[in-house]
Amino acid sequence: MTAYAKPRPKKENRIRVKRGPLEKKEARAGFLFVLPWIIGAAVFLVYPLIMSFWYALNNIRLTSEGMKFTFLLQGNFTQILLSDPDFLPELVDYLLSTVISVPVIVVFAMMIALMLNEKIRGKSFFRLIFFLPVIIVSGPILASLTEQNASSISVIDTQAVISAISTFLPPIVATPIASLFSNMVTILWYSGVPILIFLSALQKIDRSQYEAAYVDGASGWEMFWKITLPSLKPMILLNCIYTVVFVSSNDQNRLIGLIKNAMFSGTSEKGYGYASAMAWIYSLVVLILVGIFTLVFLGRKDRYEREAKKLDRKAKAERRNVLRIQRRQARHAKKFNRPTAR
Amino acid sequence: MQRSSTVQPPADIGRKETGSGRRLSKDRIRKLLLGTRDRNGWIKLVVIYGLLICIGFIYVYPLLYMVSASFMSLDDLLDSSIQWIPSGLNLSNYRQAGVSMNYWNSLLQSFLIAGLPTLCTLVSCALTGYGLARYKFRGRGVIIGLIILTFVLPRQITMIPTYNMYANLGILNSIWSFIVPALVGQGLNAPIFIMIFWQFFRTVPQALVEAAKIDGAGHFKSFFRISLPSAAPAFITVALFSFVWYWNEFYLTQLYVHGVLVESSLTTLVIQLQNFNTNYSAYAQTAANGATNLNESIKMAGTLITVLPLMIIYFVLQRHFVESIDRTGITGE
Repeated sequence: MTAYAKPRPKKENRIRVKRGPLEKKEARAGFLFVLPWIIGAAVFLVYPLIMSFWYALNNIRLTSEGMKFTFLLQGNFTQILLSDPDFLPELVDYLLSTVISVPVIVVFAMMIALMLNEKIRGKSFFRLIFFLPVIIVSGPILASLTEQNASSISVIDTQAVISAISTFLPPIVATPIASLFSNMVTILWYSGVPILIFLSALQKIDRSQYEAAYVDGASGWEMFWKITLPSLKPMILLNCIYTVVFVSSNDQNRLIGLIKNAMFSGTSEKGYGYASAMAWIYSLVVLILVGIFTLVFLGRKDRYEREAKKLDRKAKAERRNVLRIQRRQARHAKKFNRPTAR
Repeated sequence: MQRSSTVQPPADIGRKETGSGRRLSKDRIRKLLLGTRDRNGWIKLVVIYGLLICIGFIYVYPLLYMVSASFMSLDDLLDSSIQWIPSGLNLSNYRQAGVSMNYWNSLLQSFLIAGLPTLCTLVSCALTGYGLARYKFRGRGVIIGLIILTFVLPRQITMIPTYNMYANLGILNSIWSFIVPALVGQGLNAPIFIMIFWQFFRTVPQALVEAAKIDGAGHFKSFFRISLPSAAPAFITVALFSFVWYWNEFYLTQLYVHGVLVESSLTTLVIQLQNFNTNYSAYAQTAANGATNLNESIKMAGTLITVLPLMIIYFVLQRHFVESIDRTGITGE
């Protein structure tokens, strides 16, 4: 009967306490500190966002009296997706190369960080080298280096690798992989900041976890999978998002060049409206990409958590069962005891 | 062998007594190669050093190539026997690249165009980060969400109306189009910097702030006297990264500051490098002092002198760069 009497644990109702003058004052001060940002966000984020959506629905022509709007609704979008010869192929190319290169960059950064985290000599020297690209990664500089073929490794015969890949794989997959190989160095150059983030996360892992695992007889391999990797998981997500954002906003990305060109092209069907529609499509794709990476690394819960949840669910079902049996017993008892009770 | 035996881990002691002694037993070799708990084995060390050195070489290969090629004369470039080391120190490449890029002028402007917005970003992001870390108020969660969204959202989406707005305000093609957004926390990569400050100010002990409050310090006084002095690492990090990113920015600098249709006199080294070919051909035509045709070496020299100021800053302040992320605690406590 005790289980029956026990009330179900209710979700904690947050008690609303009226805020006192001190808290109000505090809140006002905090608001004051953030106020510049709020003004900035209104002027440089919210307003342009709305305007650019409005632009995207219009055809805009620059005349001497200012901008002349012609409402099109989805006209720009259909034109971009159906008849623009450059945009869609570039978009597909961008998507594939990002999906391929981001994991490469992040895994590579993690490998380097793991090696730098070992007890080795010259750690600061290696750190210096691996962080150097952060100050060089700039569109024109990369373009200039790529132009001179300095961005691929001449030691490895990349041409052979590329031709081997393209014979085995369909061209839509082979092209991004080939470009990955031919721009190996510049792609790896994006891993400067991720290496640092991984490294400082590695140094924050509690040593005693490794000690405990060692006492339990775990090998280094097992420790990596059971301790290091789970601890790094939030950082993997952070680095994935960081890399996606930086690969997207780099001048090497031809899509954003395309948007800029459309913005300043003098033709009647292109212009601000067309470019805004392009920017919207592109931004949605980037957001979806980031969303996918977030789902991949956030969606899967910790194994122990999952196990605990399963147990919890089982216990709940059992409790319900017990309750049902008890209720039935009570009912039966009532039914059978009725005559005697009278 | 001698040295390693003196620092043998305690786990070995029992085994040593049972017979292997100081000689090279199978067991000792195994331990040296595969490592024990306290020290890495030789195989592992060799693999790690090998990988680090190889990857490090691949990393700096383009830079080495750039340095090497920039010193080569035309004959060296054509000579297939010369791969890395030029036949002589040929500085004329640098002279020609420098003159055609209008180097000193561009350098100064680069410093201004990167430096002033950085200062503004520091002020605005520090204020915002402090407000988010220290106070609780309605709408705080929304603001944080918006900050993360602005980080992920490509800049292209707001670019065109913003461009229009600048044109209407009359700040297009001037440095104000970088300074004004930076002043209100919307500069280049400002979300990252706000996050850094936010994380950092959260670690300032609350007791310190409370004590200051009891002593009669107001909100701004406790910000300037208590929190700011302890935030030096965050300031250094944000200043370095903001400067580097503004310096390297091409897309937005060209759009807002340099101008696309109507070019202003403002330019940066990165923009000069992008327009290197046209600039150089213009220079080579007008110059009477025997300018050679554009070749790979001159282009590489131009690239190198574009990177050089940042490289010098990097090597002088390397400690701050490399330890930056450690100290700002962006990876969580």
